[in-house]
Amino acid sequence: MNALVKDPIAWIDVGAVTDIPVRGARRVPTPDGDIAIFRTGDGQVFALRDACPHKGGPLSQGIVHGRAVACPLHNWSIDLASGEPLGADRGKGCAPVIPLRVEDGRLMLGRA
Amino acid sequence: MINDEAWYRDNGIVLHAGRAVAAIDRDRRTVSAEGGLEVPFDRLILATGSDPVRLPLPGSDLAGVVTFRDLDDVDAMVAAAKPGAKAVVIGGGLLGIEAAYGLSRRGMGATVVHLMDVLMERQLDASAGFLLTEALAARGVETVLDAQSEEILGADGRVAGLRLKDGRVLPCDLLVMAVGIRPNTALAKAAGLATARGVVVDDTMTTSDPAIAAVGECVEHRGQCYGLVAPIWDMCRALADTLTDGEGTFEGVALSTRLKVSGVDVFSAGKHLGGAGCEDIVFRDAGRGVYKRIVLEDGKVAGAVLFGDAADGGWYFDLMRSGADVGDIRETLVFGQAVTEGLRGLDPSAAVAAIADEAEVCGCNGVCKGTITAAITSQDLTTLDAVRAKTKASASCGSCTPLVEKILQFTLGDAFQVQTGPKPVCGCTAKGHDEVRRRLVAEGLKSMPAAMQALEWTTPDGCASCRPALNYYLLCAWPGEYRDDRQSRFINERVHANIQKDGTYSVVPRMWGGLTSASELRAIADVVDKFAIPTVKVTGGQRIDLLGVKKDDLPAVWADLNRAGMVSGHAYAKGLRTVKTCVGSDWCRFGTQDSTGLGVRLEKFMWGSWTPAKVKLAVSGCPRNCAEATCKDIGVVCVDSGYEIHVGGAAGLHIQGTELLTKVATEQEALWTICAVTQLYREQGWYLERIYKWMARVGLPSIRAAVEDPDQRRALHDRFAYSQRFSRIDPWAERVAGRDAAEFNPLSRRMELA
Repeated sequence: MNALVKDPIAWIDVGAVTDIPVRGARRVPTPDGDIAIFRTGDGQVFALRDACPHKGGPLSQGIVHGRAVACPLHNWSIDLASGEPLGADRGKGCAPVIPLRVEDGRLMLGRA
Repeated sequence: MINDEAWYRDNGIVLHAGRAVAAIDRDRRTVSAEGGLEVPFDRLILATGSDPVRLPLPGSDLAGVVTFRDLDDVDAMVAAAKPGAKAVVIGGGLLGIEAAYGLSRRGMGATVVHLMDVLMERQLDASAGFLLTEALAARGVETVLDAQSEEILGADGRVAGLRLKDGRVLPCDLLVMAVGIRPNTALAKAAGLATARGVVVDDTMTTSDPAIAAVGECVEHRGQCYGLVAPIWDMCRALADTLTDGEGTFEGVALSTRLKVSGVDVFSAGKHLGGAGCEDIVFRDAGRGVYKRIVLEDGKVAGAVLFGDAADGGWYFDLMRSGADVGDIRETLVFGQAVTEGLRGLDPSAAVAAIADEAEVCGCNGVCKGTITAAITSQDLTTLDAVRAKTKASASCGSCTPLVEKILQFTLGDAFQVQTGPKPVCGCTAKGHDEVRRRLVAEGLKSMPAAMQALEWTTPDGCASCRPALNYYLLCAWPGEYRDDRQSRFINERVHANIQKDGTYSVVPRMWGGLTSASELRAIADVVDKFAIPTVKVTGGQRIDLLGVKKDDLPAVWADLNRAGMVSGHAYAKGLRTVKTCVGSDWCRFGTQDSTGLGVRLEKFMWGSWTPAKVKLAVSGCPRNCAEATCKDIGVVCVDSGYEIHVGGAAGLHIQGTELLTKVATEQEALWTICAVTQLYREQGWYLERIYKWMARVGLPSIRAAVEDPDQRRALHDRFAYSQRFSRIDPWAERVAGRDAAEFNPLSRRMELA
């Protein structure tokens, strides 16, 4: 995992898994910019910096399909687990992964 | 008791039946039980099992509320299971579904209420869950998903219904809770042993006290509790080794699950949802109701979900557990063991040659290889389409297309030429847009999962290309019936504004026919001031664009614009955008007709309609064409004797003048014709295909024939008008009123103050 923060010192409850639409995303603002939390059709959740490695597009606004999101600006497909672009854009940077875990249906974001 | 008393005696086991153990004294190494019994031990094994979870809902103590675990529960269920009575089962896991199915078989009306949006979500993905929901419905078991139970309602001390959090009440005479198990840890905990969800054990099944071991449903091993019998046998083997100084250990096991509901073949194992670094191989056979998803990781099988045909479940499970590299059988893996092993090691043409003449190639239409090769040679067939037309092989679901193609290639030899079929919608399917649209209507497919299953999509939930297309096709095919899937909308259509490069949005209120007023302009100016909107721009479509609006501000901006009488201009939509006009006969000395009036009338009738791609209209009052109608998707040029209707213009990536479609005498006919051609485009256009491309594909004469035939024109117009009954709704006002509120708010502001 290329997590942004290796060992979070605090886990912060930012809401329920069910607050995120299936095949959708929500934003969590932070002083360093937004974090995007995604929920896939299979009910898995992932957190990334809300900025596409291409031109910084807000990934939280894209279409979530399979385990990827299509950036709303130029349609780059970003792998939700790694934050890395898929397909033709593979290897061109990545959206940092934010530590996220689920406890009793609650979303816990890690903070260093 | 599993065995009779003699068995215990014969095997040298002292059984103290009916004596509940009260405490473990670890210092003295004794166990004390009811009735003053005290038993010393050198080694102690805990096998205290688990209890079903009973939800602490109000009313959970009413008669007729049972769990589903032991024989008493089953007796209570059987007693209540009178034909015609209703049962509600809380919990859509394996056990809950089996309970509901069993009750339904006894003549009860059974409903499964599940907290998640997919049945058996711990074993199934959304596609298989959807099929299971359908299969259960066909067997009389209803499913309510995304449902949070709030209160059990009673009458005269007996259960009478279940109320959900959203207010719905499900009446019932029996309520079964099947929401999982809780390991019995009380005794271990009281003795000071390490416990978490269960009694914590290591790989030798030893607890935190080396003299005490534990097995079964009461234990937690490597963070996991087990409720199925197979891993518990493994635990017992490890424990037996530990006690006899053997070396066997329990290292956790991969689990596989089969659902025991007659006629519903379901199998799941391993990483059924995939995960980081995993790939999916998906196969669907709509005719047989089959869905298979094989998850690969590092070239090995990591999991599988099978629905409808689970015969190969054990084979996939073996491949998974053995960790075998499946790179060389990947192409046939999803077809199962028989096919894979039949073709292993053969080169493709030898494999085709090796297929027996009587072997069935096309399951849908029952065509065997011999029939295909005979047709090819006797009728000089050279293309896949010809083979399809003559034999029906691969003419239905298409999953045998590669094989039919190989047979064609093998039979023809050098005479074979690769054929290109219609352009597929996207990488998730081999089917083209026309086939997809036709089958949605012909087969009555009214939801995204239904369409993906019937059309055999090769991905679990589509992609960013096909989902918006399917959503539009369903919306167009089933106006008023299909529920728009907002997660399949591109962001602009989901939030009814245009995303800009910095993540802000632009807002364009509608100005009917390009007309505005002092009060509208004043309201726009006020909104610009109030929300500090950085840029105000006049658009090419005779409207005003407010650029740089923050997403969180959108509903408030819309509320102010709504208050001044303005609605969404749909400047973001694959739908009707603007109707540009010139001032026409009202003011212009050359104007022949009321072009502004017709433009306003068209826009007021057609606004809100969704189309394959954006649609821009214009009405010019005379052939001087000041509204530039002849480069629009549909343009009207007014002349003294009536209205020329033009179609297929473009002035973007491509510059193209319109073609004259037809000429009509009255304004009313002009409106009918324009609605008819728009509807024809809505029904035939491929998603994202502009009108000029559609026209090039189907030909102007076919469009003209449709709109010049009075009956066809009326029918098309009426279908458009019907669809508009559900479309002429201001999406801004809906969101000002609170719809999709979560879309515009951050999930949490708790990270802002770090």
